[in-house]
Amino acid sequence: MIKPDRIVATTCPYCGVGCVLNLHIKEDVVYRVTSPHDAPANHGNLCVKGRFGYDFIHSKDRLTQPLMRKDGELVPAGWDEAMGHVAERLLEIRDKYGPDSIGFLVSAKCTNEENYLMQKVARGLIGTNNVDHCARL
Amino acid sequence: MTNSIADIHLADVLLVTGSNTTEAHPVISLEMKKAVRQRGAKLILIDPREIELADFATLHLRPRSGTDVALLNAMAHVIIGQGLAKTQFIELRTENFDALKEAVKDCAPQWGEDVTGVPEKMIVEAAQVYGQAGSAAIFWAMGITQSSHGVDNVQALANLALLTGNFGKPGSGVNPLRGQNNVQGACDMGGLPNVITGYQPVADENVRAKFENAWQTGVKIPSKPGLTVTEMMNGVLDGRIKALYVMGENPALSDPNTNHVREALAEIEFLVSQDIFLNETAQLAHVVLPGVSFAEKDGTFTNTERRVQLVRAAMPVHGDARRDLDIICDLGQRLSGVDGKNFADVIRPVSDWTYAGASAVWDEIAALTPSMAGISHERLNPRGIQWPCPAEDHPGTPILHKEKFTRGLGKFTPLTFREPAENPDDEYPFTLNTGRILQHWHGGTMSRRSEGLDWVVPEGEIQINAEDGLRLRVASGDMIRVTSRRGEVTGKARLTDKLPRGMVFMNFHFAEVPANALTGDAVDPVAKIPEYKVSAVKIERV
Repeated sequence: MIKPDRIVATTCPYCGVGCVLNLHIKEDVVYRVTSPHDAPANHGNLCVKGRFGYDFIHSKDRLTQPLMRKDGELVPAGWDEAMGHVAERLLEIRDKYGPDSIGFLVSAKCTNEENYLMQKVARGLIGTNNVDHCARL
Repeated sequence: MTNSIADIHLADVLLVTGSNTTEAHPVISLEMKKAVRQRGAKLILIDPREIELADFATLHLRPRSGTDVALLNAMAHVIIGQGLAKTQFIELRTENFDALKEAVKDCAPQWGEDVTGVPEKMIVEAAQVYGQAGSAAIFWAMGITQSSHGVDNVQALANLALLTGNFGKPGSGVNPLRGQNNVQGACDMGGLPNVITGYQPVADENVRAKFENAWQTGVKIPSKPGLTVTEMMNGVLDGRIKALYVMGENPALSDPNTNHVREALAEIEFLVSQDIFLNETAQLAHVVLPGVSFAEKDGTFTNTERRVQLVRAAMPVHGDARRDLDIICDLGQRLSGVDGKNFADVIRPVSDWTYAGASAVWDEIAALTPSMAGISHERLNPRGIQWPCPAEDHPGTPILHKEKFTRGLGKFTPLTFREPAENPDDEYPFTLNTGRILQHWHGGTMSRRSEGLDWVVPEGEIQINAEDGLRLRVASGDMIRVTSRRGEVTGKARLTDKLPRGMVFMNFHFAEVPANALTGDAVDPVAKIPEYKVSAVKIERV
């Protein structure tokens, strides 16, 4: 049997039940998922997605570098160029059309901290309440 | 949820409606089954489909799609008429009872049968079983809320719980089952157009002043609520919205009337997508920023019972991707000019957008959010904490509204039944219903890339009633075309006796069989949630 390099306890990324997952990691790859019996929401139970739905973490389709559209095509770009362009365009658009011409979709898949900071960008830096996510979908 | 997953098995009666719990919240369905099997709890299931929970139900009511308010009003009528209402609870803890009484006066069970198709006798029995329970808990999911009268549906359920005193005690309450892992948290964190963290309204001057002072960005937070997703998409088409920043979402697949959304996104002046995959929305973007999966980041998710739980980085980031928190802080620095670059109007004074990790971000949230003031990452290890948690020595709140309601008195809402926005007719004679299946997830970006799950269910099927299939000369495996007033979708038919006649059921996990090309723009007037559960369609063999 494979021995894990480490086991990391975290929270399942699928539905809203909030099952605790123990990710078994070998050479930075998740190869097995279990759950502790004292987990508050799931008592060690997991559904088929929580237990087996983790291949996407290592998918070859994962994005590994920023992309920018040039001549109609999305092409690889450096972080500084991509982030600089995003900031510049958002400020240009805000100055030209006003803060409410920009919308932010935050995410029911992202963490609390990420969501908080993204709406802070929208409300505190751009100056718009156009912040929403797929809660209704 | 007003109550907790841990007290489901304490309920005498479970009323489950608009939730296919075994497929969409499988682990919660285990608790429900346990309540039925081990404690003899009675399950009242309200759902047009014969879902797995039907095997565990004492009563299975199968109303016509979109007639929830009529059914629930008729149940309230019976509860009041048969003297099952808890008068002491109503007197001490509620208001507006007379208005409810007046509103359901004419909603006799026979009327309920005429509107919903559920036999009069079953309506009476369901009302009696629910009304006589020592403790009864209500559960729902999108089958209740994704409706042009979703808010009415929820209020009609709350009326039943208020009538019978089913609040503030174990095994009771009104319990929405939240869909996404952190949809509760995204709402709690101010990921909504009208509120900042902990549902503090942007319309409140003191709230705005508090955040402006704390953030020190020199930017005024507008007092007017912003636009919802659906309104933003319309805003793109009518020119009000020029730029969209999309983080970890795929509106081009998951929003209603996707043809309309794609048209909008293709037209927009500037679109940014921050995601882990090049999804349908990212493909249309001007800039794509690679974030990381849950396994590569620290932070917290909040589950459906308001429990804030830790997410822990288990491995290094993938390739040259960046942790999403780092991306946002980088953006914050650039937008506020603290990265050293000078824009024409550097916003001053600036907060510096450097945090010593997710835990430090949480501390800022806690400092600004009374209902979470007592929560820190340190305290969340290992079991998490259920908000409200106002102080560091507060244990968290497993059951809401114990002594009094958050608003003081629980308010009855008188409701009038309204038909769905689009009922079947001669041209589009079938009702399309959409939902999830166990093996896949939302737009499929995660589950379809997991080999085992994709092997079990490799394609999206269109379910139709077996008798309808015979009549249309369609067999399982035949290709059929489903057409609505918005679009058409072709896919493999699956005949089943689990659907009522006249219903078509599609999941929305497969981009090749996109259910939301068919769904409409009708939304609830208050919640702005689209009516995914009722669209008129026609079916043809191809």
